[in-house]
Amino acid sequence: MFGVRIHGRGGQGVVTAAELLSLAAFEEGRHAQAFPSFGSERTGAPVVSFCRIAEREIRTREPVSQPDALVVQDPTLLHQVDVFGGLRPDGYVLINSTHGFDELGLGEWTRNFRHERLLTVPASDICRRHIGQMRPNAAMLGGLARLTGIVTLESVCSAIAERFPAGLAERNIAAARECAERVAAQLGASVGA
Amino acid sequence: MAERAIKFYQVGSHAVGNRLLDPALATVQSDAERSNTITKGHRACQGCGEALGARYALDAAMRATDGQLIAANATGCLEVFSTPYPESSWRLPWIHSLFANAPSVATGIAAALRVKGHDEVRVVGQGGDGGTADIGMACLSGMFERNDDVLYICYDNEAYMNTGVQRSGCTPPAARTMTTQAVGSEPGNVFGQGKNMALIAMAHEIPYVATATVAELRDIEAKVEHAMSLRGARYLHILVTCPLGWSCGSAETIRVARLAKETGLFPVFEAERGVVSAVSKIRRRTPVEEYLKLQGRYAHLFKPTRREDVLAHVQAIADRNIERFGLV
Amino acid sequence: MLEQLEGSVAVAHAVALCRPEVIPAYPISPQTHIVEGLSAMVKTGELAPCEFINVESEYAAMSVAIGASATGARTYTATASQGLLYMVEALYNASGLGLPIVMTIANRAIGAPINIWNDHSDSMSQRDSGWIQLYVESNQEAIDTHILAFRLAEELSLPVMVCMDGFILTHAYERVDVPSQEQVDRFLSPYEPRQVLDPSEPVTIGAMVGPEAFTEVKYLAHVKQAQALDLIPELARELDGVLGREQGGLVRGYRLQDAETVIVALGSVLGTIEDAIDQQREQGVKVGALGIKAFRPFPLQEVRDALAGAARVVVIEKALAVGIGGIVSQDIHIALGSSATPVHTVIAGLGGRPITSASLTRLIEGALAGELAELTFLDLNAELVERELQRTREKRRSGPHAENMLRDIGVVAAGPV
Repeated sequence: MFGVRIHGRGGQGVVTAAELLSLAAFEEGRHAQAFPSFGSERTGAPVVSFCRIAEREIRTREPVSQPDALVVQDPTLLHQVDVFGGLRPDGYVLINSTHGFDELGLGEWTRNFRHERLLTVPASDICRRHIGQMRPNAAMLGGLARLTGIVTLESVCSAIAERFPAGLAERNIAAARECAERVAAQLGASVGA
Repeated sequence: MAERAIKFYQVGSHAVGNRLLDPALATVQSDAERSNTITKGHRACQGCGEALGARYALDAAMRATDGQLIAANATGCLEVFSTPYPESSWRLPWIHSLFANAPSVATGIAAALRVKGHDEVRVVGQGGDGGTADIGMACLSGMFERNDDVLYICYDNEAYMNTGVQRSGCTPPAARTMTTQAVGSEPGNVFGQGKNMALIAMAHEIPYVATATVAELRDIEAKVEHAMSLRGARYLHILVTCPLGWSCGSAETIRVARLAKETGLFPVFEAERGVVSAVSKIRRRTPVEEYLKLQGRYAHLFKPTRREDVLAHVQAIADRNIERFGLV
Repeated sequence: MLEQLEGSVAVAHAVALCRPEVIPAYPISPQTHIVEGLSAMVKTGELAPCEFINVESEYAAMSVAIGASATGARTYTATASQGLLYMVEALYNASGLGLPIVMTIANRAIGAPINIWNDHSDSMSQRDSGWIQLYVESNQEAIDTHILAFRLAEELSLPVMVCMDGFILTHAYERVDVPSQEQVDRFLSPYEPRQVLDPSEPVTIGAMVGPEAFTEVKYLAHVKQAQALDLIPELARELDGVLGREQGGLVRGYRLQDAETVIVALGSVLGTIEDAIDQQREQGVKVGALGIKAFRPFPLQEVRDALAGAARVVVIEKALAVGIGGIVSQDIHIALGSSATPVHTVIAGLGGRPITSASLTRLIEGALAGELAELTFLDLNAELVERELQRTREKRRSGPHAENMLRDIGVVAAGPV
């Protein structure tokens, strides 16, 4: 079972992100469970959502406290909320930011983890160009797919197409693809290095 | 032989048994084929205005709907005296659920009939002033707002009579009840703004609102028949004398109700979609004292001392109604 | 057909398949998505013939349901928490009149303090109302159990509430198999009432019943619920045949065969418990679980049989009988009768506090080590409570308890007290 935790703020589509991810897994014929953290949901307040993916029926209902992968949609959360709590030693992290981990003040922290699995991607910029909005939820899933391989990029795009109305879906898919490319480029670079 | 002039008087057209009257105009009660919707054997008090009003109203509704009628009844006098275990007076399908929900139950019945395609079956919801104006107000307002196809009839005896005469939102000022007793410097019920249920119903802009009293029984029938010719939410507020709670003679039921209208204290009118459409004028304007002195619930206004201040205050209310509704 | 759906939406589909005729609805978190879904289906004509009525309160919702059901319409509504309490008078009225209304309870805590998250205090507070109560563990079970509920209600002329954990199930997206209309029609025929308001055959419903017969009327309700003990498994088997999957009956055991410790629970927490049990079993610990699906009527015999071999029983409860402790455990005690099996009550998950497998593991270990008290509050912050008690000892006007404690844990901005 693979557990993903998504952090963001109210209004950024954090809950939808988890649902899309679960839909992507479903379309691959797997079991997936997505749910929000049930806090007070006000625009701007920190929000957490969870997605579990497995080959068999998922029975547990507790929050994902030891995620295999973390998605941080809003970097302003980094030093406000414990977004990294419980992350597995070989876990993945994808942060929406134009800066790298060192610049974000996380360089020291990354030493406990596998640094090639910790990436940032400028999802907000990408979304502004493709969608016109800065809601990076769907786009980052493209990056997550490429980073972790837990679902394919095509499944993510298919889920977006199913969930969003036509025009919006296309633009989000484009953003997701670019996020995936950016991630792939970084992975290629780190492998080379 | 001395001549004496003999005057022949034409008996009023609506008198029961008038053979000159077109049968279509005759009161439902004069019809041997009437439904007797609430039939004999119930346990109402002698002279009960509610039993009288309900009989006239429901038989008229049954005739207007060709017997295709279902009733939802709130807890209260009517419900209790009509269904003394193990008997029931009701000859139509009838349900009693709770005190506050008769309008909602009626809504549910109407919805079920609609869904099953039984357009011809109609629904009446009924309750007393307590169950309608107080505890049932939210449900009533909801039914009005949705314009559910229900005729709701409130039998207003101006207090919670079934439980032993306690004050309701419809209890008139100065009236004695067990929770507004005739003691202290301000005996009886307080002078508030009142709660005019007909005006409240009108504010919901429903198709038809009317008031009536048990002094004009043919009027009740006519208003019910008219109401049943319409669809949507309709409200009928009937003043029903309670000889026990009002402490008047059981033979005074109709006279007391008539005086409530003739003094102006109980305006009788009709309204459609929020606008008054007809007013029943007062025939002979009467001072409120004529009405109040017939009822023990106002005895403290006359003995041991006459409360001129209170009487004047009540008269002012009547005068305001007369002016406001154009009753003379 | 397999679909990835939000729990509420899945339930809306299941209810729609049952061809309800009147749906009165009033919104309350966390059931709103259910009635929203149904309202859209009625409006588009996807669900027809059906009257969807936006009522002005939950009291009105149940009252409209009473009127509709008494007129022979298949009737459904949904509520939770405060809404359930607001309709209590009507709840008892519906069961007392024997009306086969089906209602979803999206289990949510009852205030004060106001709390929108999950626990079982709402439905537990109505366990004596005469309604049949079924608790579901997953959204698949929610779908199947609603279908069962309509049939059960109509066969017994008793109302049924299907309890599903608010947010945890209602707002979880997961894979479910939604039955086809043909499958549901095979299991659920049109409603044929035992009593109905019908001008061609007038009846009086709801008359006063005095001391002469009241006891007998109530006893009959008790008898009907007892009939449900046989009917639920029977209908479940029939539904198994139609849907091709196992419904389970009144209770469901998990790895009970040689279990020395048995954990009893209701609802979605059973999933987390099963995972924890698998981990324990890998270490050779003989632990199992008993999920209770039918809470009313309470399946005394099935529970007795399931717990027969247990050396200890741990009851995890998402509700609290203030002043005494457990609610479910009281019924467990009755089932165990004079047997000396120790029963440990664990109050957990109140107000939506997550029940984690880590906590469950600690709990099981504590039980095995004989360290578990008769009554435990899982993950209780005792220090927080003590600090508030200290405040009350120091000052008469110590302030509202909840706000004081929230300030302590930093949820409310600290300011001058």
